[in-house]
Amino acid sequence: MELSVNHLLGIKYITEDDIQLIFNTADHFKEVINRPIKKVPSLRDITIANLFFENSTRTKLSFELAEKRLSADVINFSSSSSSVAKGETLIDTVNNILSMKVDMVVMRHPNPGAGIFLSKYVDASIVNAGDGAHEHPTQALLDAYSIREKLGDVAGKKVVIIGDILHSRVALSNIFALQKLGAEVQVCGPKTLIPKHIEKLGVGVETNLLKALAWCDVANMLRVQSERMDISYFPTTREYTQQFGLNRKILDSLDKEIVVMHPGPINRGVEMTSDVADSKQSIILEQVENGVAIRMAVIYLLASKIKHHED
Amino acid sequence: MLLNATEVSIALNRLACQLIENHDDFSNTVLIGLQPRGIYLANRLKTLLQEKYGIENIKLGYLDITFYRDDFRRSDKPLEANKTKINFIVEDKKVVFIDDVLYTGRSIRAGLTAIQSFGRPLEIELLTLIDRRFSRHLPIQPDYRGRQVDAINDEKVKVYWKENDGEDAVYLVKN
Repeated sequence: MELSVNHLLGIKYITEDDIQLIFNTADHFKEVINRPIKKVPSLRDITIANLFFENSTRTKLSFELAEKRLSADVINFSSSSSSVAKGETLIDTVNNILSMKVDMVVMRHPNPGAGIFLSKYVDASIVNAGDGAHEHPTQALLDAYSIREKLGDVAGKKVVIIGDILHSRVALSNIFALQKLGAEVQVCGPKTLIPKHIEKLGVGVETNLLKALAWCDVANMLRVQSERMDISYFPTTREYTQQFGLNRKILDSLDKEIVVMHPGPINRGVEMTSDVADSKQSIILEQVENGVAIRMAVIYLLASKIKHHED
Repeated sequence: MLLNATEVSIALNRLACQLIENHDDFSNTVLIGLQPRGIYLANRLKTLLQEKYGIENIKLGYLDITFYRDDFRRSDKPLEANKTKINFIVEDKKVVFIDDVLYTGRSIRAGLTAIQSFGRPLEIELLTLIDRRFSRHLPIQPDYRGRQVDAINDEKVKVYWKENDGEDAVYLVKN
């Protein structure tokens, strides 16, 4: 088995078999990162550049840790301290980095499709670590993997994605991943934060939080991305919380124990209260741990497709 | 056919006895079956030691060496991993690696690196059912061997186990 793609640009471009292969490989890496010595030498001849043209803390840390646990050499780059500010184009920036013999690029970029664009023009494996409001494939993989770990399987499960769907790359990638794995997906949030025509993707739309929660097995709470909001999408944060915030009382009013997820960073008291975030129904910290294993699997499988140039 | 079921059984009994000679009651010894094919032999030896020779509390683990191999990206197919199951620390323990066939020695080399992730063993020994002579790429030799075989490079040694392949036997196959 090998991946059907040479880059991970989005969940849209990979198959269900690819996802299962990534999950099965991640199982092994999860065992590795729980050993006394959490490192394997597989990628000792691979160099990876992490290019972050947009701020990130946990994704960058998670990728860097995954790369180091595989013994890859890692270089980091963030746009605030780079020549991008001096007017260099994306292709020039990346080609300059690649001439230093880099095999793989992990990139986060504010423009949707930046990874796809780059993959056509440069000679390296590209991993999309988030491109604007388009896709964030590794997040969706680790979310689905965490659901599989908690509930045994993803197929047949009902997952509701709650919050700012409009600005969220996590939402889109999650929808693709969950559907490919056979889950049912619903989105829930204020009408202003749900993209028009999203039902064309085959997802249900619900604007009533209680109804959505009563329907689902898993609730994935997204962050309200204030930094991407150019206009007001809801009157006040307080009003948003009253309508779409999750608290203990709501959870207890349901006749089943749903699983609560959040891709982080959490705005405690906005998307959910602290007692929900820290409850045993929440798998937020498992998501973070699984993130490293999933990213190791993605990088390992992509790297196995890179051939030595002298071959 | 190199070994039939009776010969396999004789070899297993001899290997078990040789292990007892060196490891006494196995209180400070751990057996490590190398994935994927070494685990059948390791399981058999464990059962034999327990049931026939009355040695209790044998620690057995499985070690997968996929991520430690030196041919990553050199083969056409990606290397697929197997389960590693070691629920103990090997620090200051006598470790016995168990594999079915010793050929180039590269798997064992990878195993020697991989086991370091679980601590620093007191010593490591190697037990193989079949030792292919004249084919080593590395200076690695078994401490316990079931049978030494002269096989040329385009021949393959196949070990079959009852629980997995329907019979206990070892064959030499021409490619």
